[in-house]
Amino acid sequence: MKIFVCVKHVPDTAASIKLASETGFDDSEIKFIASPYDEYGIEEAVSLCEKEGGEVVVVTAGKDAAVSTMRNAMAMGADRGILVKTDSQFLDSSLTAKALKAAIEEDGMPDLIFTGKNSVDTEGFQTQYRLAVQLDLPVVNEISSLMIENGNAVVEKETGGGEKQVIQVKMPCIIGADKGLNEPRYPKFPDIMKAKKKKIQEIELSSLDINETESETELVKLELVPERSGAKMIEGSVDEQAERLVEILKLEEKVL
Amino acid sequence: MSNTGVLIEIDNGEVKNTSLEVLTAAAGEEIYAFVLDCNAENVNSKLALYGAGRIINITAAGDLSASPDLQAAAVAAAVKEYDLEALLGTASSTGKDLFARIAALMDVPLLSDCIKVDITQKKAEKSHFSGKTFAAINVSSSLFLCTVRPNSIEAAELQAAGDVIEFAADVEDRGLIKIMETKKSSTEKMDLTEAPVIITGGRAIKAAENYKMLEECAEKMGAAVGASRAAVDAGYAPHSMQVGQTGKTVSPKLYIACGVSGAVQHFAGMKTSKVIVAINEDKDAPIFSKCDYGIVGDIFEVVPVLTEKL
Repeated sequence: MKIFVCVKHVPDTAASIKLASETGFDDSEIKFIASPYDEYGIEEAVSLCEKEGGEVVVVTAGKDAAVSTMRNAMAMGADRGILVKTDSQFLDSSLTAKALKAAIEEDGMPDLIFTGKNSVDTEGFQTQYRLAVQLDLPVVNEISSLMIENGNAVVEKETGGGEKQVIQVKMPCIIGADKGLNEPRYPKFPDIMKAKKKKIQEIELSSLDINETESETELVKLELVPERSGAKMIEGSVDEQAERLVEILKLEEKVL
Repeated sequence: MSNTGVLIEIDNGEVKNTSLEVLTAAAGEEIYAFVLDCNAENVNSKLALYGAGRIINITAAGDLSASPDLQAAAVAAAVKEYDLEALLGTASSTGKDLFARIAALMDVPLLSDCIKVDITQKKAEKSHFSGKTFAAINVSSSLFLCTVRPNSIEAAELQAAGDVIEFAADVEDRGLIKIMETKKSSTEKMDLTEAPVIITGGRAIKAAENYKMLEECAEKMGAAVGASRAAVDAGYAPHSMQVGQTGKTVSPKLYIACGVSGAVQHFAGMKTSKVIVAINEDKDAPIFSKCDYGIVGDIFEVVPVLTEKL
């Protein structure tokens, strides 16, 4: 089995974002990681290939620095990587999909492609769907369980309120991973050392045969979400505290 | 006025409140309410009451409910048929999925999970960096496609004609994806992302059965019950109840966190709530520095009294 995992290099979710201009942020001091949902995709791909044999290829569209994130995926067990080099963190999702498509096609079509359900930087929720149309493959997203039987992937997707859909998808297909799919492994030291020797093929975005049309979205402003300045503490006995809280919520804030 | 479609979600035969919010977001435009294979009097009158000038009942050969690809193709056909300049929907699990399919199929930009929408200017605001920043984005395509985060806009009545039009989309399903079954959960009722009020239990809840205490409180408030990552990882609650990074993003009017320490990743999923209340035994818990009201106390003492007073 040949499996691609699309991984995005994003700021650590614990990092504080410092804005550097109207639409930019200072990335010099923050740690970057694989977008957390992508890790479920890496784990699923690696464990499938451990069971059934095959190859896991990590593919990323990102800056040079994304190599560190790809090495982490390789420490988790991916065999090699392809980096399509770009110069922007906020690459248009349509262009990202075209870049991933070109890299995947050039390498040879897989049986499965994993992505995360969403990237935690731009929270676009669409690149895997665009990749699916580009590659003419079916896509399912927010998947928390996967079984493979007779050339089909049978997956479960949470749809809210504890409800789950059971979906059958014809392979090859694209699967957007969600938490619950598995428990991503922590790489051990020897795996990290081994990953340093694995191959990463670098491709310039401009060298791919992509019709680079102008983006139809423009980020015009990025601003920090205002932090609350600290709670108004409600004092007194438990009885008084509860009484006062209900009063505030009903009469002052009018949210009940 | 732009020809603006609003994709309506229906649950148990009723229009979801979140769809009424999206209709209100489109107020002032020429509204086309899109419903998928549902022509029911109660639905149509509700849609008219909230501003739908026209109600387009979309059907196709084949079972729309079993194939998200068929749904996307049928909606895309209706978008072209009625010459829409904008199409809005709810940023629910199914809404986000369907809109991403439509965007990819029609090759137009999509702004997902927006908190502010300006249809005339074709711009919207949405979260970037897991709730840490807001991004203002302009769109220059002829079709403006976006989903709106539940509870971002208050639904308001605006009586309109509500003319019902049948539209049979000439589209085919390739049969690559099939929804085989929908498993309902016996325990959870309200969808977290759509709930107007949420009460969440963190690690301090100590055991799965203790969520019953929060459920009783939730029932009095018409609230849904959530869990922190720590509680989910400890096995006290299923992942479907998790709020925060790697869980659900919610934006209720009122969010009550019980025994939640307040990690950055938790805030990523509930920061845009209108009012945040924290109840925690530890007066130094980080959550108190980032919420609106705080009570220092044992949740097992405070919550039952709160339930009683509600």
